[in-house]
Amino acid sequence: MVVVGAVGVAAYAYYLSIWSRRARLVVSTTTSLYETGFLDELKSKFELKYRNLNVSFISQGTGLAIQTAMRGDADMIFVHDPAREYQFLTGGYGVNRKILAYNFFVIVGPSEDPAGISGMSPADALRRIRSAGLNGTAVWASRGDDSGTHAKEKSLWKAIGLDAKDLRKESWYLEAGSGMTATLKLADEKRGYTLTDIGTYLLNYNNHNINLVKLVESGKSMLNVYSAIADNPKNANMTKANFEGAMQLIRYLVSDEGQELFANFGVSNYGMPLFKPYIRLVQSNSDAELIKWISELAFFEGSECPQQFRYQAEGLYSPQTPASVLLVSSLARAEQRKARPWT
Amino acid sequence: MDLITEGVIRAIGLILSGDPEVLTITALSLFVSVVGTLLACLWSIPMSAALALRSFHGKRIVKGLFNALIGVPTVALGLYLYLLLSRAGPLGHFQLLYTPYAIMIGQAALVTPIVVSFATGALESVDPDLRMLARTLGASEFQTYGVIIKEAFWGVVLAVIAAFNRAFAELGIAMMLGGNIRNLTRVLTTAIALETARGEIALSIALSFILLGIVMSLSIAINLARKSTR
Repeated sequence: MVVVGAVGVAAYAYYLSIWSRRARLVVSTTTSLYETGFLDELKSKFELKYRNLNVSFISQGTGLAIQTAMRGDADMIFVHDPAREYQFLTGGYGVNRKILAYNFFVIVGPSEDPAGISGMSPADALRRIRSAGLNGTAVWASRGDDSGTHAKEKSLWKAIGLDAKDLRKESWYLEAGSGMTATLKLADEKRGYTLTDIGTYLLNYNNHNINLVKLVESGKSMLNVYSAIADNPKNANMTKANFEGAMQLIRYLVSDEGQELFANFGVSNYGMPLFKPYIRLVQSNSDAELIKWISELAFFEGSECPQQFRYQAEGLYSPQTPASVLLVSSLARAEQRKARPWT
Repeated sequence: MDLITEGVIRAIGLILSGDPEVLTITALSLFVSVVGTLLACLWSIPMSAALALRSFHGKRIVKGLFNALIGVPTVALGLYLYLLLSRAGPLGHFQLLYTPYAIMIGQAALVTPIVVSFATGALESVDPDLRMLARTLGASEFQTYGVIIKEAFWGVVLAVIAAFNRAFAELGIAMMLGGNIRNLTRVLTTAIALETARGEIALSIALSFILLGIVMSLSIAINLARKSTR
Protein backbone atom coordinates (compact mmCIF):
# COMPACT_ATOMS: atom_id res chain seq x y z
CA MET A 1 0.00 0.00 0.00
CA VAL A 2 2.75 2.38 1.01
CA VAL A 3 4.65 1.61 -2.15
CA VAL A 4 1.61 2.03 -4.37
CA GLY A 5 0.81 5.36 -2.73
CA ALA A 6 4.37 6.51 -3.09
CA VAL A 7 4.43 5.53 -6.74
CA GLY A 8 1.27 7.53 -7.30
CA VAL A 9 2.78 10.61 -5.68
CA ALA A 10 6.01 10.11 -7.56
CA ALA A 11 4.30 9.71 -10.90
CA TYR A 12 2.26 12.81 -10.27
CA ALA A 13 5.21 14.96 -9.23
CA TYR A 14 7.17 13.66 -12.18
CA TYR A 15 4.32 14.44 -14.52
CA LEU A 16 4.05 17.98 -13.22
CA SER A 17 7.74 18.65 -13.31
CA ILE A 18 8.66 17.57 -16.81
CA TRP A 19 5.84 16.41 -19.00
CA SER A 20 4.77 19.89 -19.95
CA ARG A 21 5.43 19.47 -23.65
CA ARG A 22 8.64 21.44 -23.59
CA ALA A 23 11.54 20.68 -25.87
CA ARG A 24 14.66 19.48 -24.07
CA LEU A 25 17.88 21.45 -24.12
CA VAL A 26 20.87 19.62 -22.66
CA VAL A 27 23.82 21.81 -21.67
CA SER A 28 27.05 20.16 -20.58
CA THR A 29 28.86 22.51 -18.29
CA THR A 30 31.60 22.97 -15.73
CA THR A 31 31.43 22.18 -12.04
CA SER A 32 32.30 25.75 -11.04
CA LEU A 33 29.21 27.21 -12.68
CA TYR A 34 27.10 24.43 -11.30
CA GLU A 35 28.28 24.22 -7.70
CA THR A 36 27.79 27.93 -7.06
CA GLY A 37 24.09 27.55 -7.90
CA PHE A 38 24.26 30.03 -10.79
CA LEU A 39 22.78 27.55 -13.25
CA ASP A 40 19.76 26.86 -11.02
CA GLU A 41 19.00 30.56 -11.09
CA LEU A 42 19.60 30.77 -14.84
CA LYS A 43 17.28 27.81 -15.43
CA SER A 44 14.40 29.26 -13.46
CA LYS A 45 14.68 32.74 -15.05
CA PHE A 46 15.16 31.40 -18.57
CA GLU A 47 12.33 28.86 -18.43
CA LEU A 48 9.98 31.50 -17.11
CA LYS A 49 10.64 33.53 -20.23
CA TYR A 50 10.91 30.72 -22.78
CA ARG A 51 8.14 28.30 -21.95
CA ASN A 52 8.91 26.08 -24.93
CA LEU A 53 12.17 24.83 -23.42
CA ASN A 54 13.25 22.62 -20.56
CA VAL A 55 16.93 23.08 -19.77
CA SER A 56 18.98 20.23 -18.30
CA PHE A 57 22.47 20.97 -17.04
CA ILE A 58 24.98 18.13 -16.88
CA SER A 59 27.76 19.18 -14.53
CA GLN A 60 31.17 17.83 -15.53
CA GLY A 61 34.71 19.07 -15.79
CA THR A 62 35.27 21.10 -18.97
CA GLY A 63 37.19 18.25 -20.64
CA LEU A 64 34.39 15.75 -20.10
CA ALA A 65 31.72 18.36 -20.86
CA ILE A 66 33.26 18.89 -24.29
CA GLN A 67 33.46 15.14 -24.92
CA THR A 68 29.81 14.74 -23.95
CA ALA A 69 28.88 17.33 -26.55
CA MET A 70 31.18 15.73 -29.16
CA ARG A 71 29.26 12.48 -28.78
CA GLY A 72 26.08 14.42 -29.43
CA ASP A 73 24.74 13.91 -25.90
CA ALA A 74 24.49 17.62 -25.18
CA ASP A 75 23.11 20.44 -27.35
CA MET A 76 25.64 23.05 -26.27
CA ILE A 77 28.56 23.63 -23.92
CA PHE A 78 29.15 26.34 -21.34
CA VAL A 79 32.79 26.06 -20.29
CA HIS A 80 36.04 27.88 -19.49
CA ASP A 81 39.01 26.53 -21.39
CA PRO A 82 39.76 28.60 -24.53
CA ALA A 83 42.31 26.16 -25.96
CA ARG A 84 39.89 23.25 -25.97
CA GLU A 85 37.01 25.47 -27.09
CA TYR A 86 39.08 26.28 -30.16
CA GLN A 87 39.62 22.56 -30.82
CA PHE A 88 35.89 22.03 -30.45
CA LEU A 89 35.27 24.67 -33.13
CA THR A 90 38.01 23.60 -35.52
CA GLY A 91 37.00 19.93 -35.14
CA GLY A 92 33.66 20.85 -36.68
CA TYR A 93 31.71 20.23 -33.48
CA GLY A 94 30.67 23.73 -32.50
CA VAL A 95 29.43 27.02 -33.89
CA ASN A 96 28.64 30.49 -32.62
CA ARG A 97 30.95 30.79 -29.65
CA LYS A 98 30.17 33.70 -27.38
CA ILE A 99 32.27 34.93 -24.47
CA LEU A 100 29.80 35.60 -21.67
CA ALA A 101 31.53 36.24 -18.37
CA TYR A 102 34.84 36.25 -16.57
CA ASN A 103 36.39 36.25 -13.15
CA PHE A 104 39.79 35.44 -11.69
CA PHE A 105 41.35 32.30 -10.37
CA VAL A 106 42.97 32.54 -6.95
CA ILE A 107 45.59 30.46 -5.18
CA VAL A 108 44.33 29.59 -1.72
CA GLY A 109 46.10 27.92 1.17
CA PRO A 110 46.21 27.52 4.95
CA SER A 111 46.27 30.79 6.92
CA GLU A 112 49.72 30.02 8.38
CA ASP A 113 51.03 29.94 4.78
CA PRO A 114 54.01 27.57 5.27
CA ALA A 115 55.49 28.38 1.84
CA GLY A 116 55.18 32.13 2.38
CA ILE A 117 53.46 33.02 -0.88
CA SER A 118 51.01 35.68 0.27
CA GLY A 119 50.78 38.57 -2.19
CA MET A 120 53.31 37.11 -4.66
CA SER A 121 52.91 36.77 -8.38
CA PRO A 122 51.42 33.40 -9.43
CA ALA A 123 54.74 32.27 -10.94
CA ASP A 124 56.80 33.05 -7.83
CA ALA A 125 54.13 31.55 -5.59
CA LEU A 126 54.16 28.25 -7.47
CA ARG A 127 57.96 28.10 -7.35
CA ARG A 128 57.87 28.61 -3.57
CA ILE A 129 55.15 26.00 -3.13
CA ARG A 130 57.15 23.44 -5.06
CA SER A 131 60.35 23.98 -3.12
CA ALA A 132 58.41 23.88 0.15
CA GLY A 133 56.72 20.74 -1.15
CA LEU A 134 60.04 19.08 -1.88
CA ASN A 135 61.16 20.00 1.67
CA GLY A 136 58.03 18.38 3.02
CA THR A 137 56.50 21.57 4.43
CA ALA A 138 53.74 22.18 1.87
CA VAL A 139 51.20 20.21 -0.15
CA TRP A 140 49.46 21.08 -3.42
CA ALA A 141 46.00 19.76 -4.32
CA SER A 142 45.34 19.49 -8.06
CA ARG A 143 41.91 18.96 -9.59
CA GLY A 144 43.39 16.21 -11.75
CA ASP A 145 40.10 15.83 -13.65
CA ASP A 146 40.91 17.50 -16.98
CA SER A 147 38.63 20.42 -16.13
CA GLY A 148 39.12 24.03 -17.17
CA THR A 149 40.62 24.83 -13.78
CA HIS A 150 42.98 21.87 -14.18
CA ALA A 151 44.01 23.15 -17.61
CA LYS A 152 44.72 26.57 -16.13
CA GLU A 153 46.78 24.99 -13.36
CA LYS A 154 48.85 23.04 -15.88
CA SER A 155 49.45 26.17 -17.91
CA LEU A 156 50.64 28.02 -14.79
CA TRP A 157 53.15 25.25 -14.02
CA LYS A 158 54.23 25.24 -17.64
CA ALA A 159 54.88 28.99 -17.49
CA ILE A 160 57.60 28.33 -14.89
CA GLY A 161 59.04 25.44 -16.88
CA LEU A 162 57.40 22.55 -15.06
CA ASP A 163 55.29 19.78 -16.50
CA ALA A 164 52.32 18.60 -14.43
CA LYS A 165 52.98 15.09 -15.77
CA ASP A 166 56.28 15.04 -13.87
CA LEU A 167 54.93 16.83 -10.81
CA ARG A 168 52.33 14.15 -10.19
CA LYS A 169 55.14 11.71 -9.44
CA GLU A 170 56.24 13.89 -6.51
CA SER A 171 54.69 13.16 -3.14
CA TRP A 172 53.64 16.75 -2.28
CA TYR A 173 51.45 16.94 -5.41
CA LEU A 174 48.04 15.40 -4.71
CA GLU A 175 45.38 14.74 -7.33
CA ALA A 176 41.76 14.93 -6.23
CA GLY A 177 40.27 13.72 -9.52
CA SER A 178 36.99 15.45 -8.71
CA GLY A 179 35.11 18.75 -8.64
CA MET A 180 36.24 22.07 -7.20
CA THR A 181 34.52 21.76 -3.81
CA ALA A 182 35.97 18.29 -3.25
CA THR A 183 39.43 19.57 -4.18
CA LEU A 184 39.13 22.57 -1.85
CA LYS A 185 38.07 20.19 0.88
CA LEU A 186 41.10 18.00 0.17
CA ALA A 187 43.44 21.00 0.33
CA ASP A 188 41.77 22.09 3.56
CA GLU A 189 42.11 18.69 5.23
CA LYS A 190 45.76 18.36 4.17
CA ARG A 191 46.55 22.02 4.98
CA GLY A 192 47.69 22.44 1.41
CA TYR A 193 47.45 24.94 -1.44
CA THR A 194 45.25 24.81 -4.51
CA LEU A 195 44.09 26.84 -7.50
CA THR A 196 40.39 27.66 -7.50
CA ASP A 197 37.86 29.83 -9.28
CA ILE A 198 36.76 32.63 -6.99
CA GLY A 199 33.08 31.66 -7.04
CA THR A 200 33.43 28.14 -5.70
CA TYR A 201 35.97 29.34 -3.15
CA LEU A 202 33.68 32.03 -1.73
CA LEU A 203 30.74 29.64 -1.61
CA ASN A 204 32.67 27.13 0.48
CA TYR A 205 34.41 29.71 2.63
CA ASN A 206 31.13 31.38 3.54
CA ASN A 207 29.52 28.01 4.29
CA HIS A 208 32.39 27.32 6.75
CA ASN A 209 33.13 24.25 4.69
CA ILE A 210 36.83 25.26 4.46
CA ASN A 211 39.26 27.53 6.31
CA LEU A 212 41.64 28.21 3.41
CA VAL A 213 42.48 31.86 2.74
CA LYS A 214 43.15 33.73 -0.49
CA LEU A 215 46.89 34.18 -0.90
CA VAL A 216 47.50 35.04 -4.56
CA GLU A 217 44.98 36.80 -6.73
CA SER A 218 44.72 39.12 -9.72
CA GLY A 219 47.09 39.22 -12.65
CA LYS A 220 46.52 38.45 -16.27
CA SER A 221 47.60 34.84 -15.96
CA MET A 222 44.82 34.21 -13.44
CA LEU A 223 42.01 35.35 -15.73
CA ASN A 224 39.10 32.89 -16.12
CA VAL A 225 36.83 33.33 -19.15
CA TYR A 226 33.50 31.53 -19.58
CA SER A 227 32.04 30.93 -23.05
CA ALA A 228 29.09 29.14 -24.60
CA ILE A 229 29.20 27.20 -27.89
CA ALA A 230 26.27 25.63 -29.71
CA ASP A 231 26.57 22.18 -31.29
CA ASN A 232 27.16 22.35 -35.02
CA PRO A 233 23.91 21.00 -36.50
CA LYS A 234 25.80 19.98 -39.67
CA ASN A 235 28.06 17.56 -37.75
CA ALA A 236 27.01 13.94 -38.30
CA ASN A 237 26.93 13.21 -34.56
CA MET A 238 24.82 16.24 -33.85
CA THR A 239 22.01 16.19 -36.36
CA LYS A 240 19.52 15.67 -33.55
CA ALA A 241 20.94 18.53 -31.47
CA ASN A 242 18.48 21.20 -30.41
CA PHE A 243 20.21 24.03 -32.26
CA GLU A 244 17.34 26.53 -31.99
CA GLY A 245 17.12 25.96 -28.24
CA ALA A 246 20.86 26.37 -27.81
CA MET A 247 20.81 29.63 -29.75
CA GLN A 248 17.89 30.85 -27.67
CA LEU A 249 19.87 30.28 -24.48
CA ILE A 250 23.02 31.89 -25.91
CA ARG A 251 21.08 34.92 -27.10
CA TYR A 252 19.46 35.15 -23.68
CA LEU A 253 22.83 35.07 -21.90
CA VAL A 254 24.12 37.79 -24.22
CA SER A 255 21.04 39.98 -23.72
CA ASP A 256 20.79 42.72 -21.13
CA GLU A 257 18.70 40.46 -18.95
CA GLY A 258 21.18 37.60 -19.12
CA GLN A 259 24.13 39.88 -18.41
CA GLU A 260 22.20 41.33 -15.47
CA LEU A 261 21.91 37.80 -14.10
CA PHE A 262 25.71 37.49 -14.03
CA ALA A 263 26.09 40.98 -12.54
CA ASN A 264 23.72 40.23 -9.65
CA PHE A 265 24.49 36.63 -8.82
CA GLY A 266 26.20 36.35 -5.46
CA VAL A 267 26.22 40.06 -4.66
CA SER A 268 23.88 39.72 -1.68
CA ASN A 269 25.89 36.85 -0.18
CA TYR A 270 29.47 37.76 -1.06
CA GLY A 271 29.39 41.49 -1.68
CA MET A 272 30.55 40.95 -5.28
CA PRO A 273 29.31 39.11 -8.37
CA LEU A 274 30.79 35.63 -8.70
CA PHE A 275 30.84 35.91 -12.50
CA LYS A 276 31.33 39.32 -14.09
CA PRO A 277 29.38 40.08 -17.28
CA TYR A 278 31.75 40.34 -20.25
CA ILE A 279 29.43 42.04 -22.73
CA ARG A 280 28.69 44.80 -20.23
CA LEU A 281 32.43 45.27 -19.78
CA VAL A 282 32.85 45.73 -23.52
CA GLN A 283 29.84 48.01 -23.84
CA SER A 284 30.88 50.27 -20.99
CA ASN A 285 34.50 50.16 -22.21
CA SER A 286 35.53 51.00 -18.66
CA ASP A 287 38.66 48.88 -18.39
CA ALA A 288 40.63 48.81 -21.64
CA GLU A 289 43.46 46.78 -20.13
CA LEU A 290 41.13 44.02 -18.92
CA ILE A 291 39.37 43.87 -22.29
CA LYS A 292 42.78 43.50 -23.92
CA TRP A 293 43.77 40.71 -21.51
CA ILE A 294 40.57 38.81 -22.26
CA SER A 295 41.06 39.14 -26.01
CA GLU A 296 44.67 37.95 -25.70
CA LEU A 297 43.66 34.95 -23.63
CA ALA A 298 40.38 33.90 -25.18
CA PHE A 299 40.20 35.19 -28.78
CA PHE A 300 40.98 32.97 -31.76
CA GLU A 301 42.39 34.51 -34.93
CA GLY A 302 41.56 37.92 -33.50
CA SER A 303 37.89 37.23 -32.82
CA GLU A 304 35.78 35.60 -30.13
CA CYS A 305 34.39 33.44 -32.94
CA PRO A 306 36.03 33.58 -36.38
CA GLN A 307 33.67 33.95 -39.35
CA GLN A 308 33.94 30.34 -40.52
CA PHE A 309 32.58 29.08 -37.20
CA ARG A 310 29.40 31.12 -37.35
CA TYR A 311 26.12 29.66 -38.48
CA GLN A 312 22.75 31.42 -38.60
CA ALA A 313 24.10 33.93 -36.14
CA GLU A 314 22.29 37.04 -37.35
CA GLY A 315 22.92 39.95 -35.03
CA LEU A 316 24.90 37.89 -32.52
CA TYR A 317 28.23 39.42 -33.45
CA SER A 318 27.16 42.86 -34.61
CA PRO A 319 28.91 45.60 -32.69
CA GLN A 320 26.91 46.01 -29.51
CA THR A 321 25.10 49.32 -29.54
CA PRO A 322 22.75 49.21 -26.60
CA ALA A 323 20.93 52.43 -27.47
CA SER A 324 19.80 51.18 -30.88
CA VAL A 325 18.87 47.76 -29.49
CA LEU A 326 16.69 49.49 -26.92
CA LEU A 327 15.11 51.63 -29.61
CA VAL A 328 14.29 48.63 -31.79
CA SER A 329 12.73 46.70 -28.92
CA SER A 330 10.67 49.67 -27.75
CA LEU A 331 9.45 50.19 -31.32
CA ALA A 332 8.49 46.52 -31.47
CA ARG A 333 6.58 46.85 -28.23
CA ALA A 334 4.75 49.91 -29.57
CA GLU A 335 3.81 47.89 -32.66
CA GLN A 336 2.42 45.15 -30.46
CA ARG A 337 0.38 47.63 -28.51
CA LYS A 338 -1.03 49.02 -31.72
CA ALA A 339 -1.95 45.55 -32.87
CA ARG A 340 -3.67 44.72 -29.60
CA PRO A 341 -5.27 47.97 -28.44
CA TRP A 342 -7.16 46.25 -25.64
CA THR A 343 -4.04 45.39 -23.65
CA MET B 1 31.23 17.89 15.42
CA ASP B 2 29.51 21.21 14.90
CA LEU B 3 28.98 20.39 11.25
CA ILE B 4 27.34 17.07 12.10
CA THR B 5 24.93 18.27 14.82
CA GLU B 6 23.98 21.36 12.84
CA GLY B 7 23.51 19.19 9.75
CA VAL B 8 21.32 16.69 11.57
CA ILE B 9 19.12 19.41 13.08
CA ARG B 10 18.64 21.16 9.74
CA ALA B 11 18.05 17.79 8.06
CA ILE B 12 15.20 16.95 10.43
CA GLY B 13 13.77 20.41 9.82
CA LEU B 14 13.91 19.86 6.05
CA ILE B 15 12.08 16.54 6.30
CA LEU B 16 9.41 17.69 8.77
CA SER B 17 8.66 20.89 6.87
CA GLY B 18 8.16 18.93 3.64
CA ASP B 19 10.81 20.84 1.72
CA PRO B 20 9.79 20.68 -1.97
CA GLU B 21 13.34 19.89 -3.13
CA VAL B 22 13.54 16.92 -0.76
CA LEU B 23 10.06 15.72 -1.75
CA THR B 24 10.75 15.90 -5.48
CA ILE B 25 14.02 14.01 -5.17
CA THR B 26 12.39 11.33 -3.01
CA ALA B 27 9.39 11.00 -5.32
CA LEU B 28 11.58 10.70 -8.41
CA SER B 29 13.79 8.17 -6.72
CA LEU B 30 10.85 5.97 -5.73
CA PHE B 31 9.28 6.27 -9.16
CA VAL B 32 12.43 5.36 -11.06
CA SER B 33 13.40 2.41 -8.86
CA VAL B 34 9.87 0.97 -8.54
CA VAL B 35 9.43 1.04 -12.31
CA GLY B 36 12.93 -0.33 -12.83
CA THR B 37 12.30 -3.22 -10.45
CA LEU B 38 8.87 -4.04 -11.89
CA LEU B 39 10.37 -3.97 -15.36
CA ALA B 40 13.00 -6.50 -14.27
CA CYS B 41 10.24 -8.70 -12.73
CA LEU B 42 8.46 -8.86 -16.09
CA TRP B 43 11.12 -11.11 -17.53
CA SER B 44 12.91 -12.31 -14.40
CA ILE B 45 10.03 -14.16 -12.72
CA PRO B 46 9.07 -16.20 -15.80
CA MET B 47 12.77 -16.91 -16.27
CA SER B 48 13.16 -18.16 -12.71
CA ALA B 49 10.01 -20.28 -13.07
CA ALA B 50 11.57 -21.89 -16.13
CA LEU B 51 14.88 -22.37 -14.34
CA ALA B 52 13.34 -23.88 -11.25
CA LEU B 53 10.64 -26.07 -12.73
CA ARG B 54 11.88 -27.25 -16.11
CA SER B 55 14.92 -29.24 -16.88
CA PHE B 56 17.03 -28.43 -19.89
CA HIS B 57 20.57 -28.66 -21.10
CA GLY B 58 22.99 -26.15 -19.55
CA LYS B 59 20.63 -25.19 -16.74
CA ARG B 60 23.41 -25.23 -14.16
CA ILE B 61 25.53 -22.94 -16.28
CA VAL B 62 22.69 -20.42 -16.67
CA LYS B 63 22.02 -20.48 -12.94
CA GLY B 64 25.69 -20.05 -12.18
CA LEU B 65 25.87 -17.13 -14.57
CA PHE B 66 23.00 -15.31 -12.89
CA ASN B 67 24.54 -15.99 -9.49
CA ALA B 68 27.82 -14.54 -10.65
CA LEU B 69 26.14 -11.44 -12.10
CA ILE B 70 24.55 -10.49 -8.76
CA GLY B 71 27.69 -8.65 -7.80
CA VAL B 72 28.14 -6.73 -11.06
CA PRO B 73 29.67 -3.30 -10.29
CA THR B 74 27.16 -0.54 -11.05
CA VAL B 75 29.77 1.70 -12.65
CA ALA B 76 30.76 -1.01 -15.12
CA LEU B 77 27.15 -1.64 -16.10
CA GLY B 78 26.60 2.13 -16.18
CA LEU B 79 29.52 2.59 -18.55
CA TYR B 80 28.35 -0.10 -21.01
CA LEU B 81 24.81 1.23 -21.05
CA TYR B 82 26.14 4.76 -21.45
CA LEU B 83 27.99 3.69 -24.59
CA LEU B 84 24.88 1.94 -25.89
CA LEU B 85 22.46 4.79 -25.19
CA SER B 86 24.66 7.72 -26.18
CA ARG B 87 23.48 9.53 -29.31
CA ALA B 88 26.63 8.33 -31.02
CA GLY B 89 26.00 4.74 -29.82
CA PRO B 90 23.91 1.93 -31.35
CA LEU B 91 20.72 2.83 -29.42
CA GLY B 92 21.32 6.57 -29.68
CA HIS B 93 18.36 6.93 -31.97
CA PHE B 94 15.94 6.70 -29.04
CA GLN B 95 17.57 9.62 -27.23
CA LEU B 96 17.30 7.97 -23.86
CA LEU B 97 20.54 9.12 -22.24
CA TYR B 98 20.05 11.62 -19.39
CA THR B 99 16.37 10.73 -18.97
CA PRO B 100 14.67 8.83 -16.13
CA TYR B 101 13.99 6.00 -18.61
CA ALA B 102 17.72 5.39 -18.98
CA ILE B 103 18.03 4.93 -15.21
CA MET B 104 15.02 2.58 -15.18
CA ILE B 105 16.54 0.43 -17.91
CA GLY B 106 19.91 0.41 -16.16
CA GLN B 107 18.42 -0.53 -12.81
CA ALA B 108 16.24 -3.21 -14.41
CA ALA B 109 19.36 -4.75 -15.94
CA LEU B 110 21.20 -4.44 -12.64
CA VAL B 111 18.57 -6.25 -10.55
CA THR B 112 17.62 -8.96 -13.07
CA PRO B 113 20.22 -11.43 -11.72
CA ILE B 114 19.04 -10.76 -8.16
CA VAL B 115 15.39 -11.52 -8.93
CA VAL B 116 16.26 -14.55 -11.07
CA SER B 117 18.66 -16.12 -8.56
CA PHE B 118 16.63 -15.50 -5.43
CA ALA B 119 13.26 -16.38 -6.96
CA THR B 120 14.68 -19.55 -8.51
CA GLY B 121 15.97 -20.53 -5.10
CA ALA B 122 12.58 -19.90 -3.51
CA LEU B 123 10.73 -21.89 -6.18
CA GLU B 124 13.16 -24.80 -5.97
CA SER B 125 12.73 -25.04 -2.22
CA VAL B 126 9.04 -25.87 -2.63
CA ASP B 127 8.49 -29.54 -1.77
CA PRO B 128 8.66 -31.52 -5.07
CA ASP B 129 5.86 -33.79 -3.81
CA LEU B 130 3.50 -30.81 -4.05
CA ARG B 131 4.06 -30.71 -7.77
CA MET B 132 3.31 -34.39 -8.14
CA LEU B 133 0.24 -34.02 -5.96
CA ALA B 134 -1.09 -31.16 -8.09
CA ARG B 135 -0.52 -33.15 -11.26
CA THR B 136 -2.21 -36.27 -9.90
CA LEU B 137 -5.19 -34.15 -8.83
CA GLY B 138 -5.57 -33.19 -12.50
CA ALA B 139 -3.86 -29.76 -12.67
CA SER B 140 -2.41 -28.74 -16.00
CA GLU B 141 1.25 -27.78 -16.35
CA PHE B 142 0.47 -24.08 -15.97
CA GLN B 143 -1.89 -24.62 -13.07
CA THR B 144 0.89 -26.53 -11.37
CA TYR B 145 3.21 -23.55 -11.82
CA GLY B 146 0.54 -21.39 -10.20
CA VAL B 147 0.37 -23.68 -7.18
CA ILE B 148 4.14 -23.65 -6.78
CA ILE B 149 4.46 -19.90 -7.17
CA LYS B 150 1.73 -19.45 -4.58
CA GLU B 151 3.59 -21.72 -2.17
CA ALA B 152 6.84 -19.82 -2.73
CA PHE B 153 5.10 -16.41 -2.67
CA TRP B 154 7.04 -14.86 0.19
CA GLY B 155 10.32 -16.08 -1.15
CA VAL B 156 9.58 -14.37 -4.47
CA VAL B 157 8.45 -11.19 -2.68
CA LEU B 158 11.70 -11.11 -0.76
CA ALA B 159 13.63 -11.47 -4.02
CA VAL B 160 11.74 -8.49 -5.46
CA ILE B 161 12.32 -6.41 -2.33
CA ALA B 162 16.02 -7.22 -2.32
CA ALA B 163 16.10 -6.13 -5.97
CA PHE B 164 14.28 -2.89 -5.20
CA ASN B 165 16.67 -2.08 -2.36
CA ARG B 166 19.64 -2.60 -4.64
CA ALA B 167 18.15 -0.40 -7.37
CA PHE B 168 17.06 2.29 -4.93
CA ALA B 169 20.44 2.52 -3.22
CA GLU B 170 22.79 2.32 -6.22
CA LEU B 171 24.67 5.37 -7.42
CA GLY B 172 26.75 4.50 -10.48
CA ILE B 173 23.95 3.90 -12.97
CA ALA B 174 21.84 6.83 -11.84
CA MET B 175 24.83 9.16 -12.11
CA MET B 176 26.17 7.94 -15.45
CA LEU B 177 22.87 7.44 -17.26
CA GLY B 178 20.80 10.11 -15.52
CA GLY B 179 23.34 12.89 -15.20
CA ASN B 180 21.82 14.14 -11.92
CA ILE B 181 19.57 16.72 -13.61
CA ARG B 182 17.41 18.66 -11.18
CA ASN B 183 13.71 17.69 -11.24
CA LEU B 184 14.38 15.12 -13.93
CA THR B 185 17.01 12.58 -12.97
CA ARG B 186 18.19 13.78 -9.58
CA VAL B 187 17.50 10.82 -7.28
CA LEU B 188 18.44 10.32 -3.64
CA THR B 189 21.85 8.75 -4.21
CA THR B 190 23.06 11.21 -6.86
CA ALA B 191 21.77 14.14 -4.83
CA ILE B 192 23.65 12.93 -1.75
CA ALA B 193 26.86 12.61 -3.77
CA LEU B 194 26.41 16.00 -5.40
CA GLU B 195 25.18 18.01 -2.43
CA THR B 196 28.10 16.74 -0.36
CA ALA B 197 30.49 17.86 -3.10
CA ARG B 198 28.68 21.17 -3.13
CA GLY B 199 28.97 21.63 0.62
CA GLU B 200 25.20 21.32 1.29
CA ILE B 201 25.73 18.91 4.17
CA ALA B 202 22.30 19.34 5.81
CA LEU B 203 20.47 18.45 2.62
CA SER B 204 22.74 15.41 2.15
CA ILE B 205 22.03 14.21 5.66
CA ALA B 206 18.28 14.72 5.21
CA LEU B 207 18.33 12.72 1.98
CA SER B 208 20.41 9.95 3.52
CA PHE B 209 17.89 9.64 6.39
CA ILE B 210 15.09 9.26 3.86
CA LEU B 211 17.06 6.68 1.89
CA LEU B 212 17.79 4.64 5.02
CA GLY B 213 14.26 5.10 6.35
CA ILE B 214 12.61 3.78 3.20
CA VAL B 215 14.93 0.80 2.80
CA MET B 216 14.60 -0.22 6.46
CA SER B 217 10.87 0.32 6.88
CA LEU B 218 10.25 -1.66 3.72
CA SER B 219 12.17 -4.63 5.09
CA ILE B 220 10.40 -4.39 8.44
CA ALA B 221 6.98 -4.13 6.80
CA ILE B 222 7.64 -7.20 4.68
CA ASN B 223 8.76 -9.21 7.70
CA LEU B 224 5.64 -8.23 9.63
CA ALA B 225 3.34 -9.04 6.73
CA ARG B 226 5.03 -12.40 6.29
CA LYS B 227 4.62 -13.30 9.96
CA SER B 228 0.99 -12.30 10.09
CA THR B 229 0.12 -14.56 7.16
CA ARG B 230 1.78 -17.63 8.64
